[in-house]
Amino acid sequence: MATVQHAVQDVYEPSLFGTYSKKIGMWLFLASDSLTLGALLFAYSYNRIANPAWPTPFHKESIANATVMTACLLSSSLTMVLAVLAANRHDKAWTRNWLLATMFFGAAFTVLHAMEWTKLMGEGMMPSSNPWAATVPQFGGTFFTLTGMHMLHVTIGVIYLGVIALRKKFLPILLGLWLVGWLITPANSVFHYGIHALLIGAIVSAIILFLKAKDYDSHDVEVSGLYWHFVDLVWMFIFPLVYLMSTKV
Amino acid sequence: MHDVSTAHDEGKAVYFWVWGGLLFLTAVEVALAYKQVLQPVQMLEVLLVLSVIKAALITLYFMHLKSEIRAMRWLLTISVMGCFALMWIFFFPDANRIIHLGVK
Repeated sequence: MATVQHAVQDVYEPSLFGTYSKKIGMWLFLASDSLTLGALLFAYSYNRIANPAWPTPFHKESIANATVMTACLLSSSLTMVLAVLAANRHDKAWTRNWLLATMFFGAAFTVLHAMEWTKLMGEGMMPSSNPWAATVPQFGGTFFTLTGMHMLHVTIGVIYLGVIALRKKFLPILLGLWLVGWLITPANSVFHYGIHALLIGAIVSAIILFLKAKDYDSHDVEVSGLYWHFVDLVWMFIFPLVYLMSTKV
Repeated sequence: MHDVSTAHDEGKAVYFWVWGGLLFLTAVEVALAYKQVLQPVQMLEVLLVLSVIKAALITLYFMHLKSEIRAMRWLLTISVMGCFALMWIFFFPDANRIIHLGVK
């Protein structure tokens, strides 16, 4: 097992959890984030159970689409863990390749999810209103809050992995994606405004990359992997609770 | 001087098996949704059990919690599961109660 030897004797106490602080910090963040997303999931499930007239807007195509999205996220977790293995054996080329593959699956997930949202909005489902508003007014609000929060996490994850994989080279790519996305989405689409998340991501990434420029090591890859797997884990609850519980085939 | 572990013992094959297992469990969930033989509450229970198994596989193998030391493993598991148990205890009996009362 590879180890990091801390050279300054008796200055630092041994880690209580037997690992490095960045990883402990990420685990603590994930524990707190799991409660945020858990509360949203509980709110959705509570409403789902308490309302016998809960709508079932997800037909065959929606379920097939959501299943492909799930497969994308599961495959991205596999490529992410392979990136961590490559980073542990100091294979920079394969670390970058596996990270790029993970980003590809993450981006595919986001695009498919955006298409699903667009279809639902076309059928009249909005965060503040929906076709079943008379009996279940909260459906749109709970659905878009929960899945939107997860989509934001995936987007942040893709940007995070891009920074780890490509560092400053990722900034023009991200800005290009933002500009193209902004130009091709119709002005009345929610994604015309949502795409600005990429611009905010580019600004934050630029601040981090220019203030603390560094060559990301295997620890950084492993910590980013923890975040990515967590995003995958949360979807393992959203997919059945939101989609499969409201299916009409 | 102290050592901080950075690597994990599992081989690549384990990750492919876990990935296959996760895809299989997802297929089971989708099949249950297509068959629609269970009532909503039973369906929710079955899906939650399958989701917890999938989450455990991801956490233990992909996130390497299995390779962490016992203190880390138990502290994280107990604290997060404790909070979810509290949410469960407060919310779901009430959601069930509303079903039996009827929504007016």
